[in-house]
Amino acid sequence: MFALLPKLFRREKTRSRDIAMERLRLALVHDRVNVSPQTMEGLRQDMIYAISNYMDVDAQEVAVKLTPTGAAQVALVASIPVNRMKKDALRD
Amino acid sequence: MGEVIVITSGKGGVGKTTATANLGIGLALLGKKVVLIDTDIGLRNLDVIVGLENRIVYDLVDVVEGNCRMKQALIRDKRYESLYLLPAAQTKDKTAVSPDQMQRLCKELAQDFDFVLIDCPAGIEQGFRNAIAGADSAIVVTTPEVAAVRDADRIIGLLEAEGKSRPRLIVNRIRPQMVKAGDMMAADDVKDILGVELLGVVPEDEYIVIATNRGEPVVATPTSAAGRAFRDIVRRMAGEDVPIMPLDADDGGFFGKLRRMFNAKEG
Repeated sequence: MFALLPKLFRREKTRSRDIAMERLRLALVHDRVNVSPQTMEGLRQDMIYAISNYMDVDAQEVAVKLTPTGAAQVALVASIPVNRMKKDALRD
Repeated sequence: MGEVIVITSGKGGVGKTTATANLGIGLALLGKKVVLIDTDIGLRNLDVIVGLENRIVYDLVDVVEGNCRMKQALIRDKRYESLYLLPAAQTKDKTAVSPDQMQRLCKELAQDFDFVLIDCPAGIEQGFRNAIAGADSAIVVTTPEVAAVRDADRIIGLLEAEGKSRPRLIVNRIRPQMVKAGDMMAADDVKDILGVELLGVVPEDEYIVIATNRGEPVVATPTSAAGRAFRDIVRRMAGEDVPIMPLDADDGGFFGKLRRMFNAKEG
């Protein structure tokens, strides 16, 4: 019965130490590569334009971001919801 | 030739000046000949922290402009035989000194002193450029907070771009209980994120407030936890192999407290 007590009182949120680490990692990725939000938006628009030749994407929902993948490594991660393929793209 | 070390942080209020004062006095207590330079022109503070504010006649800008000789501007601390202070000017601004002039000044001082410690102003503008110009290496001070660590990362990038490679890190104002509860980043977390060598960890200590009020930095106070941490750091700076003690949140109960009381009396 006493074993249950800590569980009852434990807060169900993530430890703020971990939140701080995660926020720092993300902030530092952008600081270190020195990319402006304008550059990221330009990249996003260009990707939508290029992909639109092949498929119909939900432009509002396209998200492009940099994420840390290691101590000194960064990956460009894009989430691009596709509505449908374009007919002429399928024919080729 | 002595070592010229800049103490910097990017963000203000993390304990740069307090650290500079404590490291300087700590090294002097080890018998090293030390000079502290305050480069925060217009906002000088190091003199107050060390408790020498009443003895300033000439300052850094006077030396650079040739209004006095170096010897006239250096204030010798009567409490610690081998400690000197070169104060910042209070009525000028950062443009009164150039990086070239700082380089020459540091080179001159390194002839006479074992350690030349430069207290850097907050920010990344000219005051920062001046402070790092003459330094051989850097100590970066930060606290375990997102904003301070982020600024420290910027500073480390700028230092490396200026060829001040391998800066060493002091994580200041750690609260062991909060780290244990998962509500504060640990010194190792900060070290891993910044990817630099950890020089020391200084716990939050109310005694710092008292020491600052008195103008007598904590490094000379045997019972202060922060003082103990600074004493370990200066021994590392002097080349001794001193392990970084884990700051234990658990005080060991009644017997732990009793044991420490006796240890403090012995020490």
